[in-house]
Amino acid sequence: MTDPTPDAPRTTSRSVGGDLVFRATVTAAAAIVPLLMAALFIQLALGAWPTIKEFGLRFLYTSTWDPVAEIYGAAPMILGTLVSSIVALLIAIPLSLGVAIFLTEFAPQRLRGPIATMVELLAAIPSVVYGLWGIFVLIPVLRTLVVPVLSAVLGWTPFFSGNFQGNSMLAAGIILSIMILPYISSVAREVIRAVPDSQREAALALGATRWEAVWSAVLPYCSGGILGAIVLGLGRALGETMAVTMVIGNRHDIGVSLLEPGYSMAAAIANEFAEAASTLHLSALAEIGLVLFVITVLVNSFARLLVWRVTRKFGAT
Amino acid sequence: MNSQETPAILDTESVAVSVDQYSFWYGDNLALSDVDLNIPSKQVTAFIGPSGCGKSTLLRSVNRMNDLIPGNRYAGDIAVGTQSVFSPKLDTTDLRRRIGMVFQQPNPFPKTIFDNVAYGPRLNGLCSPSEMVGRVERALRQAALWDEVKDRLDTFGTELSGGQQQRLCIARALANEPEILLLDEPCSALDPIATQRIEELLVQLKSTYTIVIVTHNLQQAARIADKTAFFYLGKLIEYDSSEVIFTSPLREDTEAYITGRFG
Repeated sequence: MTDPTPDAPRTTSRSVGGDLVFRATVTAAAAIVPLLMAALFIQLALGAWPTIKEFGLRFLYTSTWDPVAEIYGAAPMILGTLVSSIVALLIAIPLSLGVAIFLTEFAPQRLRGPIATMVELLAAIPSVVYGLWGIFVLIPVLRTLVVPVLSAVLGWTPFFSGNFQGNSMLAAGIILSIMILPYISSVAREVIRAVPDSQREAALALGATRWEAVWSAVLPYCSGGILGAIVLGLGRALGETMAVTMVIGNRHDIGVSLLEPGYSMAAAIANEFAEAASTLHLSALAEIGLVLFVITVLVNSFARLLVWRVTRKFGAT
Repeated sequence: MNSQETPAILDTESVAVSVDQYSFWYGDNLALSDVDLNIPSKQVTAFIGPSGCGKSTLLRSVNRMNDLIPGNRYAGDIAVGTQSVFSPKLDTTDLRRRIGMVFQQPNPFPKTIFDNVAYGPRLNGLCSPSEMVGRVERALRQAALWDEVKDRLDTFGTELSGGQQQRLCIARALANEPEILLLDEPCSALDPIATQRIEELLVQLKSTYTIVIVTHNLQQAARIADKTAFFYLGKLIEYDSSEVIFTSPLREDTEAYITGRFG
């Protein structure tokens, strides 16, 4: 427009040049993400190298963690992370699928938005607040109301034997279940909504009730995506640090009972990093970070793949 | 208004579905107004008319599929046999078991061919697992699909061709042993050969079932329907034997529509 000779074809070269710069900028921005991932992985691997060399695979399955003697085995943390996450899933799966099914299939139209928003707000609460809530509300409630019943009914199984010590695997699992509920339910809602109405109509027209249509037509149709939602929740639970650290008990030991304290990978890193003095101790923590990184990346990629397959197209098989 | 044009059902024909002063609203939109219509049993009845004329709405009212639409309202009555479909005592799942429905887009479940057909009988507890094999075969034979799929009942129904999928959906409806079969533009997504197969099938099936078909294809209605109802702007304009409708309709609107002057 400022060009004095409007006939000159300069606008073309201006736009090409501008496009090139713009394109290079956004490409660089996008490239930073995979580069960061790679850098993180390499950094962790380098940091973990001393312990990898020293202990090899034993690091993963032995359970002595002695910074004084410089012996490190991370089995209790790895197991603690897995167990607390599985407990969380066992509680969160029925709850969050219930929420998702209610919101997509049964809730009155005007309730859907508000309830969905409230569920998703759970994800906005800071982790440390969950931890505080766990200490001041959840654990006392568990102690006075829940554990006596659990012990009476399931006390004969190893999982609920022994004395409840407040900070425990059970408390960590319950906190985690609430924290991952919004993730599972919002993704599940998305994949259930992606099921074409023709599937619901087919089931209903054959004499199914609303519930039977959901159970025997809608859920099987999107089962891959539901599994993806669950695995995504698992990915969240595996890496959660603050809230878990506050209620899991931070004990370097493998206990079978959920009523006893345990440890998790993320909690160990958070607790010990500041006071780790020796190279090997730091390296051990870095290796825990590496294991956690690999597990969560794998779990999340798997989940994304499952969800993507369902929401991308109809053919859920 | 249309009662004098609607000929009385002959005494020899029994009535499968009777529609009495039926009106239907989607929210504030009147989709059907004061429809009176008797659908004879064991014949093919076609509903024709331009898009938005209410023919699908009427079809979906018969098995109460319109219940799913929020804000729907109706007046008047529809009876299947002698029972009103709106009776509070009526069990809609049983009603829908007795009235099979086939949709515009083939909608098989992503399950095996066998499980697709067995879905209704299993759901409704119609037969024991040992009888299921025979029942599935019977339904597939009735739907003229058996010979094409008998060796691969365990492949997914969704892997069949469009025409086969639609016949699978018909078999799935028939496995419930319904009395009435409602088809909502069942051939609109199919090629001419698949369409022809479905048409032949429907003519065979009318000895056993009452068939109601909504179609945009006038030749199709003329070929297979014993009776044809022409709807326009939510009103039943004319209802008569297909021969009368397609050769000497009484109403000008009907004639205009079947000669392609609108719609």
